Amino acid sequence: MNVFQLFGLTAAVLVGLGLYGLIVNPQPLRKVLAFNLTGNGVFLICAVIAHRGAAAGMSGDPVPQALLITAIVVSFAASALAVGLMLRRFEETGTNSLSAGSDAGSGQARANVESR
Amino acid sequence: MISAISFGIGILLLALALWTVVVRDTFAAVAGFIPYGLLLTLAWLVLRAVDVALTEAAIGAGLTGALLINAASRLHVTEAAARAETPGLALRLAAGAASAAVTVVIAVCLLHLPEPAPTLAPDVARHIASTGVGNPITAVLLSFRAIDTLLEAIALLFGVVGVWSLAADRNWGGRPGFAQIVNPNDILVYLARVLPPIGVVIGIYIFWVGADHPGGKFQGATVIAAMWLLVMMSGLREAPAVSQRWLRVVLILGPALFIVLGLLGAFMAGAFLAYPDGWAKPWIVVIEAALLPSLAVTLVLLLVGPPLRPEVHT
Repeated sequence: MNVFQLFGLTAAVLVGLGLYGLIVNPQPLRKVLAFNLTGNGVFLICAVIAHRGAAAGMSGDPVPQALLITAIVVSFAASALAVGLMLRRFEETGTNSLSAGSDAGSGQARANVESR
Repeated sequence: MISAISFGIGILLLALALWTVVVRDTFAAVAGFIPYGLLLTLAWLVLRAVDVALTEAAIGAGLTGALLINAASRLHVTEAAARAETPGLALRLAAGAASAAVTVVIAVCLLHLPEPAPTLAPDVARHIASTGVGNPITAVLLSFRAIDTLLEAIALLFGVVGVWSLAADRNWGGRPGFAQIVNPNDILVYLARVLPPIGVVIGIYIFWVGADHPGGKFQGATVIAAMWLLVMMSGLREAPAVSQRWLRVVLILGPALFIVLGLLGAFMAGAFLAYPDGWAKPWIVVIEAALLPSLAVTLVLLLVGPPLRPEVHT
């Protein structure tokens, strides 16, 4: 087993764990957390591919590495927007549930929409 | 051959990832996510991606961790209600099976990657001299794939617009975050007075050295952003009101200058974002220097969220 295989398998399991968390955890914040795990798994795959492409005296292929830097920054921005949406909804309706059955929340939300 | 350290990093990464998925308490999950981010930084180092490791430590573990901890503590009251919604065993098993299937497919693909590995490194090595910078990643980010970096800066700007648009009407134009009340003799206040001058110098150094060595504007901007956040958290300075003109000018300075120089390239060098011969290095330095403050302010504003208090006019 070499380092590519080790981190390749780690990345595959990270994607799977994130996917499981995304489906099973009912809380939106936990879903964001799980989605970050999936994202990290994809980044790790990208890093493995970059490291395999080491050539011309470089320790890795700089093109996927540069893409990774871009990806990490953009995923932070996406997480920040998701957290912002969550907190705003909580402030407005007092609930953070995604299920359609959370009556108090959806009722209040409807009232808020109508009052605008 | 594989070292024991790489193996340990892989195992610990997966253990912490499992922890963040299965632990009951959200705060505990977020607390696990931060050491997980730092371990991921070590994984980038093992994979010889030092620039990525710097970005991950600063943004992936640092800023994302701070963002999620703040959200977890504010959403703590919803925790009990959410637990009742945990899906039944059948759905959990189905989700587990689907996730396992995805994992197996990805793992099989990764164990059968093409040999020899496709790489663009020789192309980068051949053309890097034309950019005047020594760090191949900076050359890719600011020259070969400058359009990606431009679009990223614009995507971050849209992120800020999206976060700001979540403000309630009454708070529009006001200040983000709640007022911080901290004892002036607190150690946090002391650190917020001592660290920022050092941090800002380190941030600018990381940015400057990025031309030839690992580093760059993203990593430097995050260090500067962290210093500003420290000052805000200690209550020494409040978050700026989002209606401030200087704030908006700094926000768009980097992307705007990037676009202007890109258009200039269309006339002087024959293509959008192309640099005139012999001028690549100064062009890149000017774009990066303009992006640094824009990125620092963007990251801070993404983290502190939409305005929550109306601006008090005195």
